[in-house]
Amino acid sequence: MREIPVPRVTEKVKELFLTAAYYIGADVEAAVKAAAETEPSPIGKSVLCQLCENYQIAREEQVAICQDTGMAVLFIDVGQDVHFTGGDFEQAVQEGVRQAYSEGYLRKSIVDDPLFDRKNTGDNTPAILHLRIVPGDKVRFLVTAKGFGSENMSAVKMCVAADGEEGVRNFIVDTARKAGPNPCPPMIIGVGVGGTFEQAALIAKRMTARPVGSHNPDPRYAKLEADALAAINRLGIGPAGIGGRTTCLAVNIDFFPTHIAGMPVAVNICCHAARHAEGEI
Amino acid sequence: MQEYHLKLPLTQEDVQALRAGDMVYLTGPMLTGRDAAHKRLIQLLDEGKELPVDVRGQAIYYVGPAPASPGHAVGSAGPTTSYRMDAYTPQLLKQGLNCMIGKGRRSDAVRAAMREYSAVYLGAVGGAAALIARSIKSMEVLAYPDLGTEAIHRFTVENFPAIVLMDAHGGNLYESGPAQYREE
Repeated sequence: MREIPVPRVTEKVKELFLTAAYYIGADVEAAVKAAAETEPSPIGKSVLCQLCENYQIAREEQVAICQDTGMAVLFIDVGQDVHFTGGDFEQAVQEGVRQAYSEGYLRKSIVDDPLFDRKNTGDNTPAILHLRIVPGDKVRFLVTAKGFGSENMSAVKMCVAADGEEGVRNFIVDTARKAGPNPCPPMIIGVGVGGTFEQAALIAKRMTARPVGSHNPDPRYAKLEADALAAINRLGIGPAGIGGRTTCLAVNIDFFPTHIAGMPVAVNICCHAARHAEGEI
Repeated sequence: MQEYHLKLPLTQEDVQALRAGDMVYLTGPMLTGRDAAHKRLIQLLDEGKELPVDVRGQAIYYVGPAPASPGHAVGSAGPTTSYRMDAYTPQLLKQGLNCMIGKGRRSDAVRAAMREYSAVYLGAVGGAAALIARSIKSMEVLAYPDLGTEAIHRFTVENFPAIVLMDAHGGNLYESGPAQYREE
């Protein structure tokens, strides 16, 4: 049994959201820089260079990469030998989010009632928590702070077995085509195949945080990732959607067992300001 | 493709001269507004009431800025996706708004209203929010302070970089740009 006082949770959550908001991942920055070298559209190349300059300003001045610092989503793996002490675990997480957004000059973008009142909660809470109990005595965090420009362009489709590989690829490519300029391309696309309606979406969200340049270990899924990526980059959408060959930096797919009658597919689109951070206590 | 350095607010001559694909650098005052402020403005128009800000001949930037940290006039302030304002936009164009700054596609109704009332739609690079903030020299709240980031502000900008996405003559860079690079 390992005791963890909940203020340590607050502190870690705050640190991770600030890291995510100010510091772009090295994988994303390298991919945007590489694309700026090869992008044939002059205006597209100029957009990619502006993104690199923007990453640098955010890092050096400790300001948000993008003003939309998202809705806070946390994937937390709690070791089963951990005992949290000194307060409510979930409230400690929410407090970490509150402190990061308030003290870090991040925008508060959450409204309470989504349909009728739409009143800003003022501190970017509540965050959304996805918890798993795992072996061990550590607590692992993956936090994401996706903006809604890209979240709004995401989609779930209840495919069936007969749709096959082509059906999944077409759904991914069609979702990117429909999104066009809206989600701030070049995009990073997370895909969940299988499971249930909500499980596919959860996998897709996790996959937006898988490093750009990594591949699914199953060569069949890795090929699907590569094929979908190539097809999206032939759409012509380009950086900022104004034409070019750099429309998507990565298609990251993962899968989960599913029911004999179905094959849910979720496509979660993320912008080039792909903000996430990982940490452990 | 032309490059223009223009003073805000834009004149009708400026608006008529711009073509999709042109680069512009804007200097002067612009309004800000997004979902919640648009909803309120249109409600006032529907009730036949006066607007709290004069939109005639003005530019509006679809943005909800991040709070300014010490030493900054404004926090990160990139464009939000414009289609969410589409339901409200034709009425504001009818009131005389002549320039919108955002990102993403617009509806057919907005594009028709842009031709009818002579207005231009400019794009700022989505996500380049810290870079864009450098061209914003000051910010003040003009209306709806209770909306926080969604309030209507006046930004005073210097050499604010933007691309003409849709012009007053039907030109649309979101069609003509990708068409050059599509390989399907």
